[in-house]
Amino acid sequence: MTTEVLTPAASTAAAQKALSIDDVTVRLGGRTVLEHVSFSLTPGEFTGLIGSNGAGKTTLFRVILELQPTTSGSIHLGSGRRSKADIGYVPQKFLLDPDMPLRGRDLIALGLDGQRLGVPLPSKTRRARVDEMVDAVDARDFADARVGRLSGGEQQRILIAHALISRPKLLLLDEPLANLDLRAAQDVVGLLSRIAAEQRIAVLISAHEMNPLLPVMDRIVYLAAGRAASGTVDEVVRSEVLSKLYGHHVDVLRVHGRVIVVAGTGHDEHAPEEHAPDEPADDGPPAVEIV
Amino acid sequence: MTSAIFEPGFFSSSSVQLAGAVGAIVAIVAGCVGVFTVIRGQSFAGEALGDIGAAGGSSAYLAGVAPLWGFMAVAVAAAGVMEMIGIQRTRGRDLATGIVLGAGFGLAALFLYLGTTYDNTTGATVTVLFGSVFALDTSVLPLVAVFGAVATGTILLLYRPLLLVSVSPELASARRLPVRVIGGLYLLAMALAVALSAVTIGAILSTALLVGPAATALQLTRRPGRAIMTAGLIGVGAMWLGILLAYDSYYWPPLHHGWPVSFFVVTIVLLAYISSRAIPARGPQT
Repeated sequence: MTTEVLTPAASTAAAQKALSIDDVTVRLGGRTVLEHVSFSLTPGEFTGLIGSNGAGKTTLFRVILELQPTTSGSIHLGSGRRSKADIGYVPQKFLLDPDMPLRGRDLIALGLDGQRLGVPLPSKTRRARVDEMVDAVDARDFADARVGRLSGGEQQRILIAHALISRPKLLLLDEPLANLDLRAAQDVVGLLSRIAAEQRIAVLISAHEMNPLLPVMDRIVYLAAGRAASGTVDEVVRSEVLSKLYGHHVDVLRVHGRVIVVAGTGHDEHAPEEHAPDEPADDGPPAVEIV
Repeated sequence: MTSAIFEPGFFSSSSVQLAGAVGAIVAIVAGCVGVFTVIRGQSFAGEALGDIGAAGGSSAYLAGVAPLWGFMAVAVAAAGVMEMIGIQRTRGRDLATGIVLGAGFGLAALFLYLGTTYDNTTGATVTVLFGSVFALDTSVLPLVAVFGAVATGTILLLYRPLLLVSVSPELASARRLPVRVIGGLYLLAMALAVALSAVTIGAILSTALLVGPAATALQLTRRPGRAIMTAGLIGVGAMWLGILLAYDSYYWPPLHHGWPVSFFVVTIVLLAYISSRAIPARGPQT
């Protein structure tokens, strides 16, 4: 099974990559979670990692963070050497006790020096950096409140500031729009798009639904059953490409600027054989991707 | 007026002075460690360490050694076993504490029984399980200070990584922090704090000092550093007030049988917590 990797237009070819994933395969307990995945991220670009639950999005993030070893393939960060500050990360589930004695700005500050030993001493530069990030994510109104009592969207902003304060070149966000209402999701997406462009950061944001990201996505990495196709939205989100990825026919419909991916009727000509029988049922294409 | 509050001889009594010094150190250590116990949701593990420590305290009592050594050795060993069973996972945490707790209490039952048989007294049982800060030997003070410094030093050294791990293990591991090592070291610091607390107010009540002032402090402040200081202050206050009331209670009914310090300390801690909950919430700003 070969992977469809679409090279983007020549404009980005010369630019230095923030991240290159090269032919990465991950097998976990006999099951292939990622299979020959290749794509690259460019500084200043906003990339959506789209796939249904179980498609391998979180595993891919863990691979990039080096929390999950690969079975084969390689990963390169643009800066060459890896350091703790190279990657900013916003995890998927973030549940905090409302009584946790931690203000939003305390959590942001932990992004700056949370790995250091000892008690933080009051410092003007540290405070200024935190204030700068509070402003950058529009969190002035709630940065002094307990972070566990903030709304989902407010917590996302604090976490984004926590991830960005160490000035990484790459920002990973695992399903940041899940559990957000439409308005909060739009705000977060707008913020991320602005930050990517202004600070020349490569943003990789995973989602099971692509429509909220369509207005800002420079590129898309579409993940299905552990395989990936990448390129611009127009290059990837096409019936031929996604059908090959899923291993059976899917239709791509465009309605009023939105994309709907619909499962085909029967005929699994390319049905993958190598998948273990215990593979989750929700690995296939969604019957209808929500509009 | 003051003589009505401070009964004669209170400040000049050497056992009061020793109890006050030991109590203050222990309360500060417990506050420092306890804030993280509450944040990490490990108060059951703390309770288990105290109860298991009873096996060590009672065996030391039987062997004629200072009970603090027994509490310390067994609590630290138990913390190691709990870590190996897998306290990091919720289910492992539940099983680890349950299994180790049962084994520890079984041993405590044996040692306390033997102690009662040989000595023909129930003194050991009361001292180990419910504490007796007035009966401490002066030689215990340097030990308390050293163990207290180790526990507090561990927390202050690990402060930022521990905070991040406690907030979100995922955020911490994304920054390459050794989540399990930090959790293990924290558990050791907690074992020390619990053992210190156990010699002061007893094995069974030790978590009250660990968790109570910390939980109260969490209601009163939204900053981690201040929570630690507030918890320490509340703990010292409860301890000293408890010692005073216990001293005064010598003149309460039944006459010439002082009430146990532990009772007062635990009651004051409970009242402080209830009062902190009663303070009307001022929205997310509190």
